[in-house]
Amino acid sequence: MGNYVVELKNVTKRFPGVVALRDMSLQIKPGEILGLIGENGAGKSTLIKILTGVHSADEGEMFINGVKQDIKTPSDAKNAGIACVYQELNIVKELSITDNIFINKYIHKKNSKFLDYKAMHKKAHEVMLSLGQDVDVTKPCANFGMGILQMVEIAKAVLIDAKLIIMDEPTSSLGEKEVKQLMKTVRSLKERGVSILFVSHKLEELFELCDRVTVMRDGEHITTDAIEDMDNDKLITAMVGRTLNNQYPKIEGKRGKEALRIENLNSTGVLHNISFTAYHGEILGIAGLVGAGRTETFQAIFGAFPVDGGHIYIKGKRVTIKSPKDAVKNRIALLTEDRKGQGLVLSQGIDTNLILANLSKFTKGLWLNKEKIKNNGDQAVDDLKIKTPGLTAITSQLSGGNQQKVVIGKWLNTDADIYLFDEPTRGIDVGAKVEVYNIMNDLVAKGKCVIMVSSELPEILGMSDRVIVMRGGKIMGEIDRHNEGFTQENIMKAAWGGRI
Amino acid sequence: MESIINIKKILGKLGPLLALIVLSIILSFSSPNFLTINNIMNILRQTAVNGTIASGMLVVLITAGIDLSVGANAVLCASIMGMLLDKFGITNPVILIGAALLTGVLIGCINGLLLTKFHLPHPFVSTLGMKNVLCGLALFVVSTKTISGFPGSITWLGSANLFKRGSFSGIPIAFIAMLILFVGFHVLLNKTALGRAIYCAGGNLEATRLSGINTDNVLIFVYSLSGFVCAIAGIVIVGRSGVANPSSAISPYDTDAIAACIIGGASFSGGKGTIWGTLIGALIISIIRNGLTLLKAASDVQYMVIGIVIIAAVFIDVTRNRMEEKARRLAGK
Repeated sequence: MGNYVVELKNVTKRFPGVVALRDMSLQIKPGEILGLIGENGAGKSTLIKILTGVHSADEGEMFINGVKQDIKTPSDAKNAGIACVYQELNIVKELSITDNIFINKYIHKKNSKFLDYKAMHKKAHEVMLSLGQDVDVTKPCANFGMGILQMVEIAKAVLIDAKLIIMDEPTSSLGEKEVKQLMKTVRSLKERGVSILFVSHKLEELFELCDRVTVMRDGEHITTDAIEDMDNDKLITAMVGRTLNNQYPKIEGKRGKEALRIENLNSTGVLHNISFTAYHGEILGIAGLVGAGRTETFQAIFGAFPVDGGHIYIKGKRVTIKSPKDAVKNRIALLTEDRKGQGLVLSQGIDTNLILANLSKFTKGLWLNKEKIKNNGDQAVDDLKIKTPGLTAITSQLSGGNQQKVVIGKWLNTDADIYLFDEPTRGIDVGAKVEVYNIMNDLVAKGKCVIMVSSELPEILGMSDRVIVMRGGKIMGEIDRHNEGFTQENIMKAAWGGRI
Repeated sequence: MESIINIKKILGKLGPLLALIVLSIILSFSSPNFLTINNIMNILRQTAVNGTIASGMLVVLITAGIDLSVGANAVLCASIMGMLLDKFGITNPVILIGAALLTGVLIGCINGLLLTKFHLPHPFVSTLGMKNVLCGLALFVVSTKTISGFPGSITWLGSANLFKRGSFSGIPIAFIAMLILFVGFHVLLNKTALGRAIYCAGGNLEATRLSGINTDNVLIFVYSLSGFVCAIAGIVIVGRSGVANPSSAISPYDTDAIAACIIGGASFSGGKGTIWGTLIGALIISIIRNGLTLLKAASDVQYMVIGIVIIAAVFIDVTRNRMEEKARRLAGK
């Protein structure tokens, strides 16, 4: 005891339907940089939120300097000396650096309610200087780049004398120079005895910076080792090392003619020369980490994300898609990742949602064809096995799986040829997942083209005929199902920046 | 459990109608003049302008928007007719009515364009600005004069009555016209694809856009439609008073219309509301005004009561949303 700044013992956290953290233990030594990695959904975010008091654990204990403590609120965490620099910075851009650093802990003039800006500016400048930033702290934060703003966040942590600073993907929005400066700062913090929990998607950074690294998977602790004992392959195997079971009822289709060809799709800063071809009668999987540009690629094809260049060919013919309306006209369907925000009109019934993407099919002249809507709706509820008290039931009352089926039903009603499925099984239960897979099999059997983005590797491997891997807005490579390299390890390697 | 939710649902739907009936019964007892045929016709007459404007407001509210320029738009349309009559001596009703309708639609269309193509954050700001512009414009086009002397073909809509005989004042044409308009709105909202698109755009704009519906066009149509009914209301106003009075642009037409919609079940968060609910809402407001006048309440009291009713209506809207949310959670758990 007493050897650790922060120690978690057997922490479990459940959310409705999922166990986000299972029996998780973690030890952080004073003055060490501990790396934390894991796939999307491995439980890193939940772990951070437990440490910072945003969530409280259902089971397990937390020790600060060997003393058991209950961290129930963010201010408990702050008092315990735990600070976090989130990926999304908490900066009020209109206010000065000083104001941001001293937010909620202003220095007052002696015996008065007035703020002592002179003292605050002086102190803010000192702290920033100690982080290697000689900046004018009186200027609004909007004047500075991401690198400096991150330092402002770190300065906040330094000011409350944090013993542990958690950094969640700190380099994801930084340039190369800023990353170097950040690493320097992190090392100097370490020398001052501050511990750092460094969460990153970039292996090379972990090797450069960390003393030890912890790997998480499916909400569990997999391994913690000194960085010297680790290499790329070991880390990746630890991250993905689960076995495939047959929850994927894959039926291989017959690959037909070219359905969709993308050439050099570009969107400054987001997508770089995206080119690929998808065929009728196949499922093309797109793998990659969160932020790899997969959703943006889909939205760009669908006319819902701005592009600076590139061509789209459907059945060999070049088409112009400027809006979702154009995309639907070209018989493309997009099942969005955000079901509630972008897929459904939650306040409306199943019947209305089902016809929304193809209203003209359900009108006779000016009027809605109520009979056709009802017949079609009943059929869809039957075919897709939507569990509902009735066709007019408001969709917000359905379960996630049934909601997803309604969205799929909406697109089936458009008779689309090309189906873009963005995380089609996110947040739905296992039974409904299999039903969604079966719908995909049906589509492929009918000669449709299905392209699926998924962050669940087993799903990608289980259902795709071919997989392309994206990273940082670029395509890293492509693997065919019948290739012997069609493994989680290879895909992960590519997703983390390696060669296939 | 389910039956309780159903009872609540029915109460929620019939609530406004119930309020209307209770209010009428109370007023029947407190004032002997309330439940007379001529007073009822009077109430219908008073409902026509607000109801007409509220129909457009309803459609805007369904898309989760708001149109604060409605009253000023109606008065501007009246003033445009006044200008053509006064400055150019035009008495041809086709030209006058055409000009009014064109003005109303154009203003509505601009509101829609400001929202969709100029990306103004919320129509509250743009239509509030537009209201002031239109107030000024209404004064400008008639040089701040009140114009009278409209031909009978123009004033007919706002002043004529059906079955007028002996002491019976007759059924106001303006109210009948409003009812016909409401039937049209009912058909639009419930029987057409555009109607579905309007509800869906209000329920979830992004999902609707990503379903391949041109939501910009839907919104522009909705605000243009609001402008169109404002023009009709403007013509009714001219008919009722016989004059085009530009300074009446500051009358609380907009708040009355919003109140009618909200009392009738529409919501600021969009996606819901019916035209028949709005009819009841408009009637409730007219009855309160009428009843207060019969009870000899001065205008100060009237203003305060209407103000409180509006706040209460919004409160009811918020409470209703929270209750529905709760019911959904219970049902969905």
